[in-house]
Amino acid sequence: MMIGKWLDIGPVNQIEPGTARTLPVVGGEEIAVFRTMNGECYALVNKCPHKHGPLSQGIVHGAVVTCPLHNWNISLKTGEALGDDEGCVPTIEMKVDAGRMYLLRESVFGVAAASKAA
Amino acid sequence: MDVNAPQSFKDAVSEGASGGKLVVIGNGMAGCRAVEELLAREGGQFEITIFGAEPRVNYNRIMLSPVLAGEKTFEEIVINGQDWYDDNGITLVAGDPVRRIDRESKTVISASGRVEPYDKLLIATGSDPFIIPVPGKDLPGVVTFRDLDDVDKMLAAAANGGNAVVIGGGLLGLEAAHGLSLRGMKVTVVHLMPTLMERQLDEAAGWLLKEELERRGQTILTGADTECIVEENGRVAGVRLKDGREIPADIVVMAVGIRPSTGLAAQAGLDVERGILVDDHMVTSDPSIVAVGECVQHRGLCYGLVAPLWDMCRSLADGLAGTPNGYEGSVTSTKLKVSGIDLFSAGDFSGSDGSEDIVMRDAARGIYKRVVVQDGKVIGAVLYGDTADGNWYFDLLRKGEDISDIREALIFGQAFAAGGALADPNAAVAALSDDAEICGCNGVSKGQVVACIAGGAHSVDAVRSTCKASASCGSCTGLVESLLAVTLGDDAVESGPKTLCKCTSFTHDDVRRLILEKQLKAIPEVMQELHWTTPEGCSSCRPALNYYLLCAWPGEYHDDEKSRFVNERLHANIQKDGTYSVVPRMWGGLTNPKELRAIADVVEKYNAPMVKVTGGQRLDIFGIKKEDLPAVWADLNAAGMVSGHAYGKALRTVKTCVGSEWCRFGTQDSTGLGVKLEQLTWGSYMPHKFKMAVSGCPRNCAEATIKDFGVVCVDSGYELHIGGNGGIKVRATDLLCKVETEAEAMEICLAFVQLYREDAHYLERTAPWLERKGLDWIKSHLFDDADAVKRLAARFRYSQKFWQVDPWAHRVGGAHRDLHSHIAEVRPLQMENA
Ligand code: SRM
Ligand SMILES: Cc1cc2nc3c(=O)[nH]c(=O)nc-3n(C[C@H](O)[C@H](O)[C@H](O)COP(=O)(O)OP(=O)(O)OC[C@H]3O[C@@H](n4cnc5c(N)ncnc54)[C@H](O)[C@@H]3O)c2cc1C
Ligand code: SF4
Ligand code: FES
Repeated sequence: MMIGKWLDIGPVNQIEPGTARTLPVVGGEEIAVFRTMNGECYALVNKCPHKHGPLSQGIVHGAVVTCPLHNWNISLKTGEALGDDEGCVPTIEMKVDAGRMYLLRESVFGVAAASKAA
Repeated sequence: MDVNAPQSFKDAVSEGASGGKLVVIGNGMAGCRAVEELLAREGGQFEITIFGAEPRVNYNRIMLSPVLAGEKTFEEIVINGQDWYDDNGITLVAGDPVRRIDRESKTVISASGRVEPYDKLLIATGSDPFIIPVPGKDLPGVVTFRDLDDVDKMLAAAANGGNAVVIGGGLLGLEAAHGLSLRGMKVTVVHLMPTLMERQLDEAAGWLLKEELERRGQTILTGADTECIVEENGRVAGVRLKDGREIPADIVVMAVGIRPSTGLAAQAGLDVERGILVDDHMVTSDPSIVAVGECVQHRGLCYGLVAPLWDMCRSLADGLAGTPNGYEGSVTSTKLKVSGIDLFSAGDFSGSDGSEDIVMRDAARGIYKRVVVQDGKVIGAVLYGDTADGNWYFDLLRKGEDISDIREALIFGQAFAAGGALADPNAAVAALSDDAEICGCNGVSKGQVVACIAGGAHSVDAVRSTCKASASCGSCTGLVESLLAVTLGDDAVESGPKTLCKCTSFTHDDVRRLILEKQLKAIPEVMQELHWTTPEGCSSCRPALNYYLLCAWPGEYHDDEKSRFVNERLHANIQKDGTYSVVPRMWGGLTNPKELRAIADVVEKYNAPMVKVTGGQRLDIFGIKKEDLPAVWADLNAAGMVSGHAYGKALRTVKTCVGSEWCRFGTQDSTGLGVKLEQLTWGSYMPHKFKMAVSGCPRNCAEATIKDFGVVCVDSGYELHIGGNGGIKVRATDLLCKVETEAEAMEICLAFVQLYREDAHYLERTAPWLERKGLDWIKSHLFDDADAVKRLAARFRYSQKFWQVDPWAHRVGGAHRDLHSHIAEVRPLQMENA
């Protein structure tokens, strides 16, 4: 067993299906954790590639979130802007096991490091 | 099912066990199938002992559902009877579970103390039902659904009739509910998610399933979280939900999921994550130990269906027999074994990156089909009501076949799509005979539609209004479009009025009308009945539908917050930096020291970087974090202030001037009337934001003539103005009428607001609405009938009953904590220590 590879962020039912919640990272980028209507979970940096709108606050349809600021559609799976818009927000690898959500530590780290470098 | 074919290889056994001694833990579907596969192979000869925790021979677990439902007996679902074990020289140790694996001495030790040495050990322990850790979970009368003993317990309970609660609306839970209900129990299904079988079905199909089960007499509670299981006289008596509801129960079935049974393997020190880790040959981290079935994790995946197990068993047997043939994972599909319900799902249907949904809905026949296509390939499918083509889609999916050529006809199924020339829907429609029915609702034939097109109807809309084809449920819109194209050629077809959004061929007006006509009361219901072409709608139509339903069914429709724009979900305006602005109501622009003091205190306490007087005569506090909003509102509530709905498609402000009380020109109490109007109309949602003003004389200091509803006071009474806008496109109001009393002014205001609420398109301000409908239309709807104003105003007052509650106070009281708090926080130290 690889201890500590995954970061436990609590039970999945903290997030109502079709919405998202936020997870601040001290010294890093805030993460938005989404749960779609059919129960899939995705984590993205909570920053729209357009002008940094908080994606966690957008309307979720399928595995897509519409940014609350200027309505870009962002794929929850890849973080990429869909349609004619261009841009991509980092995704954070996550899994759900026995009703709890786990983020891949190095993925959380990676974003923190990348954002520091930027 | 070929599973049932017993295989007899006596010769192999008599030749002796060349492979040594094989011990199998688990006498279930995978364990025995692996042995069958092994027996069928040259070089697969072992001396075999199978341990089974259950005191019986190998049976087909998936058929437990029909056994529960009374459609099959246990004898009918046995896969391998005792003779199979005898004929193949297999020792079956049934009813004696293995307790320990000793890898040093290569033995397994059973509960009864039996010690069995092995050369090869096969672990096939399946899964354990997951029990949600709520108080009362261990009470007598709480059962799971995994083996025959569970079925016996349910049958015993059902013998006395009474109430059953099934926790979990997935495949297993619904099959249990179906069985218990056929056995005469009153069944309630309690499901945490908003959609039944959410992992296999999308919202649309889940909704149809729910409707059907409810029609059959089951009670289905979705979005229902179990708080505890209620006890009475030492056994189960009911289930209490977190929202306080309590459902009586003589038996509670927990069917919330399964967990791979990995205890033995973990104890023995094998590598285990969610399941027992195996390679492509089903070998665990110990080369002498292999594993198959639901207990394993292969390439990161654990399975809960039988199809993958068959593939695993084949690879395992090939490996043990010395002809390695790796397992590469499986794509699975799902069907529900509830008689009379046809449902199929496979692959990925979450939708996103360049994937495209092809949706077909037939409301009259209760059919929903959705095929997800990406890069010219089928990647997922959900079918409800007609699953005849399920296997065909599944086949296209597994083989990754290029479907670009049949893309247009794909959704109509194999028979249609395979028809070569017919793959072009226009050609198919052209081939129809003249008397073929196009529109079932209105009984319009192809000949009639063509005649109507020839007569000058050159758009879908024109066809709808001339011969009524596709004017009702709309499911034949595609056919009408094809007929237009065939008859006129593609270019000559006129595009109709704008549809609500790209998810539907209906206009806003159609949708509003049909919601009322067909009594549609939920978003998925509208989408099914009106043939939405997307599964879940989009960020344009969801808020619109939510509003239309809310307006159509006051007090009945349950507001869907997920379908609201963030501002209306958080009751504050989102700013470019992700913080929020807070605008408390200041009735008619009036304020007092207490309010001002409270606002000043909030600004200081929460370090609000800015506070400003708005263009709407009130104060706006900027830079509040979503976490702080409830606390800010609590402070404002304490000073008597409520939400100003500065964020809502609702009444914003009522601007006033000082009026007759102070002004030397004032003719009436404009301030007082403004306050009254605001108090009457705040709260309810509208198609767009709505602003009012009352000026005390024609000098019009409150700018009443650029408002949605404006009052200009004159000596003889009140001039009522409508449809003004000071925004993107400035429009001065039109004069609606003049009245003598305040009471009349207020009544007409309410009637006008309600007319706007009931007729305008979502996100249409009164100015463009008025220009679209015409002033005469509005006047005639208000005044032609002497009672119209009264009726409209009464409808508005009724709607208001449910909405004139301060949403801030709700949140202050603890509602929706989740929207205002983070789930957790990640600190660097924690990360580094790990
Ligand atoms: C705060 C305020 C500006 C100010 O500091 O004075 C304001 C701020 C915004 N206005 Fe406004 N409008 C404000 C008065 C106005 C007025 C003047 C008035 O109400 O008398 C107008 C023109 C009058 C009218 O609406 O007819 C006005 C016409 C608009 C429009 C254009 C509407 C239109 O139909 O053309 C928008 C865009 C929209 O609503 O789609 C808009 C949108 C906005 C939004 C909500 C932009 C947005 O979507 O985020 C701004 C939100 C800022 C915030 O967080 O509070 N705002 N806005 C005013 C708040 C009034 C209040 O107390 O509630
Ligand atoms: C009611 C029901 C309906 C289902 N319907 C379907 C369906 O329609 N389609 C589908 O594909 N799948 C369905 N499934 C799932 C399917 O039955 C499983 O995927 C399959 O049975 C898994 O096989 P397995 O051998 O891994 O586990 P099992 O069949 O559960 O076999 C494991 C066996 O190991 C035994 N065992 C566990 N620990 C020990 C131990 N320490 N010592 C000895 N024995 C032990 C258990 O008692 C059990 O008998 C259904 C399941 C249920 C319960
Ligand atoms: S005019 Fe209104 S919408 Fe435009 S920047 Fe000012 S506040 Fe924002
Ligand atoms: S910031 Fe997201 S769309 Fe502009």
